[in-house]
Amino acid sequence: MLEPTSPPAARSFLFGRLTLDSLPFLKPDLEGHIVLVTFLAVICGGLAVLGLITYKRLWGYLWREWFTSVDHKKLGIMYMILGTVMLLRGFADAVMMRAQQAIAFGPNMGYLPPEHYDQIFTAHGSIMIFFVAMAYIVGLINYVMPLQIGSRDVAFPFLNNLSFWFTFWGAITFMVSLFVGDFSTAGWLGYPPVSELQQGPGVDYYIWGLQLSGVGTLLSGVNFVVTIIKMRAPGMTMMKMPVFTWTSLCTSGLIIATFPVLTATLFLLSLDRYVGTHFFTSDFGGNVMMYINLIWVWGHPEVYILILPIFGIYSEIVPTFSGKPLFGYSSMVYATCAIMILSYLVWLHHFFTMGSGADVNSFFSLTTMIISIPTGVKIFNWLFTMYRGRVHFTVPMLWTMGFLFTFTIGGMTGVMLSVAPADFLLHNSLFLIAHFHNVIIGGVVFGVFAGVNYWFPKAFGFKLDEFWGKASFWFWQIGFWLAFGPLYIMGFMGVTRRLSHFDNPALQPYFIVAGIGAALIALGIGSFIVQIGISILRRKQYAVGGDPWDGRTLEWATSSPPPDYNFAFVPNVHERDAWMDMKKHGYQRPLEGFNDIHMPKNTASGVVIGVLSFACCFGLIWYIWWLAAASFVGVIVASIVHTFNYHRDYHIPKAEVNAFEHSGNWQDAAQGANA
Amino acid sequence: MTVKRLRGLLLLPLVLLSGCHFALLDPSGDVARQQSDIMIVTTLITLLIVVPVLVAIGIIGWRYRASNKQAHYDAHWDHSPSLELLVWAAPLVIIIAVGAISWIGTHQVDPYRPLTRVAPNQPVAVGVKPLEVDVVSLRWKWLFFYPQYGIATVNQLAAPVDRPIQFKLTSDEMMDAFSVPELAGMIYTMPGMQTMLHAVINKPGQYQGFSANYSGEGFTDMRFTFEGMSQQDFDSWIAKARAGGGSLDLPAYEQLRQPERNAAARSFASFEPDLFTRILDRCIDASQTCMSPAMSADAHAGGAMQDMPGMHDDNTTPADAAKPAETQAAETH
Repeated sequence: MLEPTSPPAARSFLFGRLTLDSLPFLKPDLEGHIVLVTFLAVICGGLAVLGLITYKRLWGYLWREWFTSVDHKKLGIMYMILGTVMLLRGFADAVMMRAQQAIAFGPNMGYLPPEHYDQIFTAHGSIMIFFVAMAYIVGLINYVMPLQIGSRDVAFPFLNNLSFWFTFWGAITFMVSLFVGDFSTAGWLGYPPVSELQQGPGVDYYIWGLQLSGVGTLLSGVNFVVTIIKMRAPGMTMMKMPVFTWTSLCTSGLIIATFPVLTATLFLLSLDRYVGTHFFTSDFGGNVMMYINLIWVWGHPEVYILILPIFGIYSEIVPTFSGKPLFGYSSMVYATCAIMILSYLVWLHHFFTMGSGADVNSFFSLTTMIISIPTGVKIFNWLFTMYRGRVHFTVPMLWTMGFLFTFTIGGMTGVMLSVAPADFLLHNSLFLIAHFHNVIIGGVVFGVFAGVNYWFPKAFGFKLDEFWGKASFWFWQIGFWLAFGPLYIMGFMGVTRRLSHFDNPALQPYFIVAGIGAALIALGIGSFIVQIGISILRRKQYAVGGDPWDGRTLEWATSSPPPDYNFAFVPNVHERDAWMDMKKHGYQRPLEGFNDIHMPKNTASGVVIGVLSFACCFGLIWYIWWLAAASFVGVIVASIVHTFNYHRDYHIPKAEVNAFEHSGNWQDAAQGANA
Repeated sequence: MTVKRLRGLLLLPLVLLSGCHFALLDPSGDVARQQSDIMIVTTLITLLIVVPVLVAIGIIGWRYRASNKQAHYDAHWDHSPSLELLVWAAPLVIIIAVGAISWIGTHQVDPYRPLTRVAPNQPVAVGVKPLEVDVVSLRWKWLFFYPQYGIATVNQLAAPVDRPIQFKLTSDEMMDAFSVPELAGMIYTMPGMQTMLHAVINKPGQYQGFSANYSGEGFTDMRFTFEGMSQQDFDSWIAKARAGGGSLDLPAYEQLRQPERNAAARSFASFEPDLFTRILDRCIDASQTCMSPAMSADAHAGGAMQDMPGMHDDNTTPADAAKPAETQAAETH
């Protein structure tokens, strides 16, 4: 019987179990060298950025305007930046795995020993889901949803800032594990017994990083639900809400119902690891099946948390660029709600092969298939929206077309996996890997790029470069199929996942093609970054007004970028597609009669609580108990102090509002500059 | 059967593409073949709706492109009750068909269900007893007990062609999945629990088996060979293992269960009779309390527990996804 955690080696009071040996880049082997090079690159890059900020004297600006900001728009942008940075990290992991699998055949063991390879696939999965996809989703909802419902901010602006910092420090926890200690090798869901038995801080990094970001996400979910329920513009009944807002509402509902399950499950796992309880051990009444059920009770709704808002994005883009309203709005709303509810009833399809018996498996097989009905309805509705339309193939629309094509195929392979007898063959194979990348890349990632291209002009007042946008789209599209097509094929040969070495040389060509696909995706990511850079350089040339796409919803009714207060007068809503309706009725923006606008004030509490929480988690990871205790007390004290802060709001004077309303970037509002 | 012809059509381009064998599309065991048939049929049914949608995406996108001023443009057309009925009904019909096949198939090839046929139109002959194999996944190798023959092997598994096999599976410490794609779909192995799998191999040959569930750093090498052979070959295979000597008693098992990567195949001429049950019951050390008496005692002590489903048979093993383990008696021939 193995104890979950190691007996104390030489633990010091000051540093817990942290010693110089914990620094992998000091090790003289290949792994050490890889980490050392990465470490030096990160240090140099980091110092360069910090130096530049200091040189340009930007610290005060960043602190006042960004770090302490409670403005949903700025927090949204910070989430998007976080997501992009973490995308680079997660993608670097993907490239390392592709390289290893392309060369590790027969006598060649590749360049990564299994201990290292296992950390990489664990980091890749968890980073891509928690810090890329989730950061992007929360960022987009944060930026767009309050504007779409004609609100001036979210319901709890400070909480929004706090959520961001929790997510940020969760990401930092993951990043620190690269250079101090090691990372979990238990896969992105931390299945026991591996996560129970792994010695050292790796799994603890995973647990506490996710706990931080999980709390952040939960608070965001609460915030969004209250915002959508309570803060819609007058006249905007539920069935007049934009579809993106509807999907945000359903996603937030899912977050509130499922993230506590994640938190509790990880908490039980940490009890097993820290104090020797036996929830998920093999002995003393523990059971791994309990963990696997619990984690998927969160994990399956999580996939719908990611995809629902993305469906919302497509539901905004297709009507805008087809020049007609969304086909079957009510169907769309009901389909979203149906998916929200059904997503709770399918978790067992992740382990049909656990031996639950035919009746249980049949039930979960059917519920899983039923989800594909409302999803199919959505695909048809987007198609009928384009039908009899005038479709402008701008970059956001191209991403949408790529999505329709790719996601339909991903949905089909999903139905294949949902057939329980077929799943006994396909489970854990590369077919499964190809399937979920098919829906997450083809759905979520394409949707994020569509959304970024669509709303970027709103956030910054200039459009993104078309050429590099199209380059990014084609690299991703072709790269995706090259990278995952071979995995589908190898799945039919029964090749399983998470292998770091292969015997059968006949497989090597497939992995090499997959590697080439990854290289094309790298070019796609590169093109996206070039696209942003070039657009910033040409921002004068690409400048647009409030409504560059001839938009339909309220976010296009204000200037680009919007003022802090979003709307000088909260709009009155009479129809769906409120802004289109206003334009149709010859809406004239009022230029006088402004009032002072009541707004929430910036606060440093989020930053402080975030830093202290990270210190607490770091102390827990390394058994530096004094640090954990002190920073935990610090979090409590900082929270209490924050409640005594009575200067939380201020008024934007009407003179300032008046000045902005006469100067802001409004121009093309009435021009319909869609051509 | 039509599936057979479809399979040929499906396989042709894939086989031309490479010399590899597509185990999931043309497996060598009857159970895997039934599962594969279900996969192929349901995929084809799904394609009935997916292909038109893919074509429609292309056609609608092209026809209604902004530059095509000939196309009918209706800026207000946003609903149509009959079309909406269609878009809900079409996927529903497909899912009813696929769901029915899945429901029936799930019951038909339930891994717990003893086989009734060894091949299409070839029921299990009267009086044929299935070959019993007790499987333990170790770190990171496979241990197979043959209770009917009294031998045990590591990383090698053999069975006579067309004879049903009944696997009982558990794990020493990690969670693995017993997977021989050519034989049958996989099943998890978990410590302290027993799962079951019924299968049959129809063609002689060597097939790859492995763990299909990640279980730590030696997982990559956790492979074994599964051989389908004629009855004579199987008998001599057993005889060879018996002649090889070696006994898997408790000390030998204690040594065998130590983590090991890339373990070589080996065999034991005999094994401790109740070893599989003790592994399953997690009482290899004499100092450990076996799980089933412990759970039985708990069930008696905590009155409330007795009302829970699955808690009321006093003689059950800890297997909760599993059927009660029979006492393992090594038959001697």
